[in-house]
Amino acid sequence: MTSADVARAVRQHVLRMTNSGRSSHVGSALSCADLLAVLYADVLDVDPAHPDRPDRDRFIMSKGHAGAALYAVLAERGFFDARLLTQHYRNGSFLSGHVSHVGIPGVELSTGSLGHGLPVGAGLAWQARRAGQSWRTYVLLGDGECDEGSVWEAAMFAAHHRLGNLAAVVDWNGLQSMGTTEETLALEPFADKWRSFGWTVREIDGHDHAAIRTALAARDERPAVVLARTVKGKGVSFMENQVLWHYRPPDDLELAGAMSEVTR
Amino acid sequence: MRSQFFTDLLEAAAADPDIVFVTGDIGFGVVEEFQRRCPDQFVNAGVAEQNMTGLAAGIALAGARVFTYSIANFPTLRCLEQIRNDVAYHHADVTVVAVGGGLSYGALGMSHHATEDLAIMRAIPGLAVAAPGDAVETSAVMADLVANGGPAYLRLGKAGEPVVHHAPIQLCRGESIALRTGGDIALFSTGAILESALRAADLLAQAGVRADVRSFPWLDPLDTVAIHDAAHRYPTIVTVEEHSIIGGLGSAVAEILAEMPQSASLIRVALPPRFSSLVGDQEYLRGAHGLDPASITHRVLEQMEVNRGLACQIR
Repeated sequence: MTSADVARAVRQHVLRMTNSGRSSHVGSALSCADLLAVLYADVLDVDPAHPDRPDRDRFIMSKGHAGAALYAVLAERGFFDARLLTQHYRNGSFLSGHVSHVGIPGVELSTGSLGHGLPVGAGLAWQARRAGQSWRTYVLLGDGECDEGSVWEAAMFAAHHRLGNLAAVVDWNGLQSMGTTEETLALEPFADKWRSFGWTVREIDGHDHAAIRTALAARDERPAVVLARTVKGKGVSFMENQVLWHYRPPDDLELAGAMSEVTR
Repeated sequence: MRSQFFTDLLEAAAADPDIVFVTGDIGFGVVEEFQRRCPDQFVNAGVAEQNMTGLAAGIALAGARVFTYSIANFPTLRCLEQIRNDVAYHHADVTVVAVGGGLSYGALGMSHHATEDLAIMRAIPGLAVAAPGDAVETSAVMADLVANGGPAYLRLGKAGEPVVHHAPIQLCRGESIALRTGGDIALFSTGAILESALRAADLLAQAGVRADVRSFPWLDPLDTVAIHDAAHRYPTIVTVEEHSIIGGLGSAVAEILAEMPQSASLIRVALPPRFSSLVGDQEYLRGAHGLDPASITHRVLEQMEVNRGLACQIR
């Protein structure tokens, strides 16, 4: 299965999950679908048959509100049966709106409160290096999430300790809960911020799978951040770049229209 | 208490390279030996407690055993959600250590009064909560934490408190310690106020009220058996703590007594649920807030008198 196949499947799952669960954040999930697809198809050294293998790469979904996309990619990668995805948001299920590890193989860290993933990722990377282990840690952040001070505390720490085994990816779609990142709390000059904190910065098109692969294949002495320019709601024309779809779930009619677009 | 903590931590870390100590830039003059002897097991995370705690969770999830360290409310309240979500929910082997529990850093002001920590830490699922009464209890609690791990919260006093126990003690997690047998009332204490509680027991004895004295170095798990036993045995239980009256030992005991069909009356001696803007050292502030031995004694005798009066009226 190529990363393109995975991305297509993730988008379909996400649309169905948010429709049937009446859950939020479909735009955020579609935004990072390509990043997750490349990570799980081509980058992460993980084994669905042994999700706790000690030398696996660690992936932290720090933007936990896009949990539907993580659950979908884990199912596609074979960590659990994709039929379980219909339980998203259901009473009595474990597939909560925000990422939770309990009962879900392959989830490294429960998230949902923003700004938690990078500090934990720094801890994983620090300990891996201390223990002489070669596995790597990847953390996917939202752009709005970078409002959180703890992100920058961890950024300082990772650079100070030159954690070259840590990579962050920012899903930089430019929209957060109530508007653009720039009108909410300006991130720009965003790349300069990371550079000035001591990180290697790679700016890419976050929907270009080859570019994602190249950016994540690079190895540095320092921690690296991939600033992935993305489109919120990517793949569904009426959702793209609309802040409305941060919270709104697609109804049945909208689902049908959206599915016809993402299955192309 | 602080010195004992570092002695025990260093001994444990020297024996187990998986033990990692993460400080939030606190410990000048006391952590250097650890840093020198176990350099690969030491990190100064800087003045960044959220990162310190998330980092600790990550280090623990990658297989190590972590102690985070700072003073007063910084390792707890400043990064409360990291303790709840990252450490406790993932059952990460992290022990959060705060030095300066209660009013230890009295004169430093309100920011440094750790007076709600036990209530807040006690409310987090899966987090053990310890507040030893002296250096000997600290050692007993540390032995357990080293053997059995976190998630846990360890509240220390400062350095150089009076030592109450004259010999090392062995303690299971959640056990309380009987210090004195009285016969009239039970007096429970948690944390570094223990020595004052004992002196209050002396004063009470002089006034004809002999107290069973018990120290509770563990608030979670809590020694419910000892509390039930005292409630069956005595008409009055007194709790003493250098903590807000909301949510600490007094509250924990009250919760247990309230669910018993018949129980002792409870006298909670604690700090009022108000901020203290008063400047003073620990001893001064304890006195000002009714936590010195004489005030504790007075409060207990007065309340017992009131209780007797109420009992008469009810009859």
